Amino acid sequence: MDLAFFFVFSAIALICAINVVLQRHPISSALSLVGVMGSLAVLYLQLGGEFIAMAQIIVYAGAVMVLFIFVIMLLNAGAESRSGKASWTAPLLGIPALLAFLGFTVYYFLRGFNNAGVVKFGGYTGGSAAGVGISLFTDYLLPFEVTSVLILIAIVGAIVLARKEMD
Amino acid sequence: MPEAMQVLQSGVPVSWYLILSAVLFTLGVAGFLLRRSVITVFMCIELMLNAVNLSFVAFSNQHKDVSGNIFTFFVMVVAAAEAAVGLAIILTVFKNRQTLNIDEINTLKN
Amino acid sequence: MQNLWLIPAFPFLGFLLNGLFGRKFPKAVINLIAVASVLASFGWVLKVWSSGGDLAANPIHEHYFTWMQSGQFNVGWDFAVDKLTMIMLFVVTGIGSLIHFYATGYMAHEEGYYRFFAYLNLFMFFMLNLVLGGNYLILFVGWEGVGLCSYLLVGFYIVKKSATTAGNKAFIVNRIGDFGFSLAMFLIVVNFKTLDFTQVFSAAPGAPTSTLTAIALLLLVGATGKSAQIPLYVWLPDAMEGPTPVSALIHAATMVTAGVYMCTRSAVIFLHAPIAMETVAVIGLATAVFAATIGLTQYDIKKVYAYSTVSQLGYMFLGVGVGAFSAGIWHLVTHAFFKALLFLGAGSVIHACHGEQDMRHMGGLWKYAKGTGATLICASLAISGFPFTAGYFSKDAILGAAYAHEPWMYWVGVVTAGMTAFYVWRAFWMTFTGEYKGHGHPHESPWSMLGPLVVLAILSLGGGFFFNVPKILDNMFPIKEGAEDMTLTYISVAFGLGGIALSYYMYVVNTKVPERITAGLGGLYTLVYNKYFVDEIYDTAVVRPLVDGSTTVLWHVADQGIIDGAVNGVGTEARGIGGILKLLQGGNIRSYATWVVVGAVVLLVVMGVTAMGFAAVGQ
Repeated sequence: MDLAFFFVFSAIALICAINVVLQRHPISSALSLVGVMGSLAVLYLQLGGEFIAMAQIIVYAGAVMVLFIFVIMLLNAGAESRSGKASWTAPLLGIPALLAFLGFTVYYFLRGFNNAGVVKFGGYTGGSAAGVGISLFTDYLLPFEVTSVLILIAIVGAIVLARKEMD
Repeated sequence: MPEAMQVLQSGVPVSWYLILSAVLFTLGVAGFLLRRSVITVFMCIELMLNAVNLSFVAFSNQHKDVSGNIFTFFVMVVAAAEAAVGLAIILTVFKNRQTLNIDEINTLKN
Repeated sequence: MQNLWLIPAFPFLGFLLNGLFGRKFPKAVINLIAVASVLASFGWVLKVWSSGGDLAANPIHEHYFTWMQSGQFNVGWDFAVDKLTMIMLFVVTGIGSLIHFYATGYMAHEEGYYRFFAYLNLFMFFMLNLVLGGNYLILFVGWEGVGLCSYLLVGFYIVKKSATTAGNKAFIVNRIGDFGFSLAMFLIVVNFKTLDFTQVFSAAPGAPTSTLTAIALLLLVGATGKSAQIPLYVWLPDAMEGPTPVSALIHAATMVTAGVYMCTRSAVIFLHAPIAMETVAVIGLATAVFAATIGLTQYDIKKVYAYSTVSQLGYMFLGVGVGAFSAGIWHLVTHAFFKALLFLGAGSVIHACHGEQDMRHMGGLWKYAKGTGATLICASLAISGFPFTAGYFSKDAILGAAYAHEPWMYWVGVVTAGMTAFYVWRAFWMTFTGEYKGHGHPHESPWSMLGPLVVLAILSLGGGFFFNVPKILDNMFPIKEGAEDMTLTYISVAFGLGGIALSYYMYVVNTKVPERITAGLGGLYTLVYNKYFVDEIYDTAVVRPLVDGSTTVLWHVADQGIIDGAVNGVGTEARGIGGILKLLQGGNIRSYATWVVVGAVVLLVVMGVTAMGFAAVGQ
């Protein structure tokens, strides 16, 4: 069953990801991205990261992507135009580099992780809310508190940047 | 049939998750380099972050250590903060330049 | 411990006081400091002489501190006094005091009064170092120092371009000689591992003749520069641009004799290098004749005496070259007397004529300046070798030794003596007899100037008896300079008297003769009058190529082209590279991102390959 689930949801993820890259209109890209996140959440579940999977759906797909869509609608971003001066370095240098990277990592993963084990649903139970919570509040307490400060900073920054001038 | 069932009953090798993560990441970078709208570029960044999250959780499963999940948690927090601030910046840039074309935001040069 | 260091210390103190504070002192104080310091030096010399004991048997050596120590090579600041040094000390400090005193009168109306006396004291300091030095290095310090002071004093009238140029010429030509001297010192160090006189001279007889010849010839090069012999004499006539006391002190009595002193001091080296000795004699004789011929034609009174100095120095070198060292030193001493007197007298004459130096505008001064005239008569008699004057003894000693060496040298020397008498008396007749052809009213000089003239006149007449140098320096040099053949003496005296008579005829009795001779000789006269165009020859052959070569090759090619080009080129290249790198910063975000991706991929691949390499090794 795991294999089937994996194939299905990874296929959905891949197709949605390709869609993100290829679509013309930002709204379409955003919705495809939501699809990617959803399928990734299922994969997290299979990998035993229940808490992360839920957090992904609630925070990432539910809040961040909604924010994206709000901004797209606010800016009335239209379909991408073909004009403007395109940079020649990006396709010329970037794509070969990426292909090289991809080839290399795939080869590395296939060769180096051959005996790394197999994933089964339920094979790892440490990623539950209890498990994550215990680790978060004992071993990683300081980073946890720091991230709360980080979020505070982000809020203040976003408000300052995006407000209208009071006149 | 029993082989198919047996195949279906066996698990997924960890390396496949990692390969998926690599492919998603590559797609994210490709989109970043090729797209012209600022918001789409931003979304590709989110795609890259998600790919990395996947590889973290896969490693967490492989080593049976919860630290991978913890790190994913932090990545998500940071991604959320970054998305907020980044979009605010895009709003400001749009207000000043009236364009969402990334090639036209190029005065920081020479 | 005779405290020899006091001898140069007094003038040095005078230099410091006058140099640093002289601007604020009144003239009387400057005079006092300057003259008193030299007199104090002279007094100390007297004290050392009287209490020093028998210097022939026990020369005085004083070692003050070690200057350089390098392995086996050790040079200290040593002073040494033997009979030769003592003679030189007397000459330098004695005549120096007289001239300092004279200068207080002569320079009374000049600008930069304190500067003049400061430099003069500095010169005394260096000259005394030169003479007192116990090794070649101290001698060289003094050698260079007097060259420096010569430059400073010749170019004393800093507002006159000709004066400063002459100062440059003096210094530069001297430096060429100094180069030879330095090479000689290097050879000495290489061969004898020391520069100390006693050690070098005891080791010299054992060294190979070729080495000694090389050393001696290089020392000679230095001497020709300092003592104005062929080929480096050209600076001395130009040095007459300096004030007359300077010409008297430096370019007659003391500095130019340093070369003779140095050769005499190095007698041991020269005696074992016969070729070098022969060269010295020939150069000396040639210079004597050469300069005498030029002196026949000059009209500037100081130039006549300048060429006379070059000629007389040639005599001294002739004496040294034929082995008559003490005769050469004797002539050095007597020459100091009468040449200083001639120059100081010329200064007095110039002073009387209100700064005029051309003899064609003088004449008939006997009416106005009898005192100066009388002293000049004494000097002219001495230089002509009039019997029983100082010059008579020393010159005949040299000529006698020359005859013993090679008769033809004697004959050339005798003819030159005749020419010497002729031009000196020509100067006298032209200046003191006939009608005054200048402007204004000539007047006699004050006693501050006449006093030294009188003293020197007495010395010129009687100095031969008082300072019988060969007797003093007896046993110092191998060659016994004994009784001369009186016939030779009679012949040379005859030539001298003939010169006097001829000049009397041509310039007093029948004054049309000089013009007729000049017109008759035509081109030859022009050649001699223009000093055989030697300066012009040097200019085209040496100076111009050097200057032009430096300008084109060293300045334009090497300095501007290569060095500036390299330095500026580095800058330009950096700018060029920067210009190329600037293109990376196009402002386009996507290109930036591409570069980041490329870099990251490269890093990752490298890390991965190395990790896999380790993994492969591990497996």
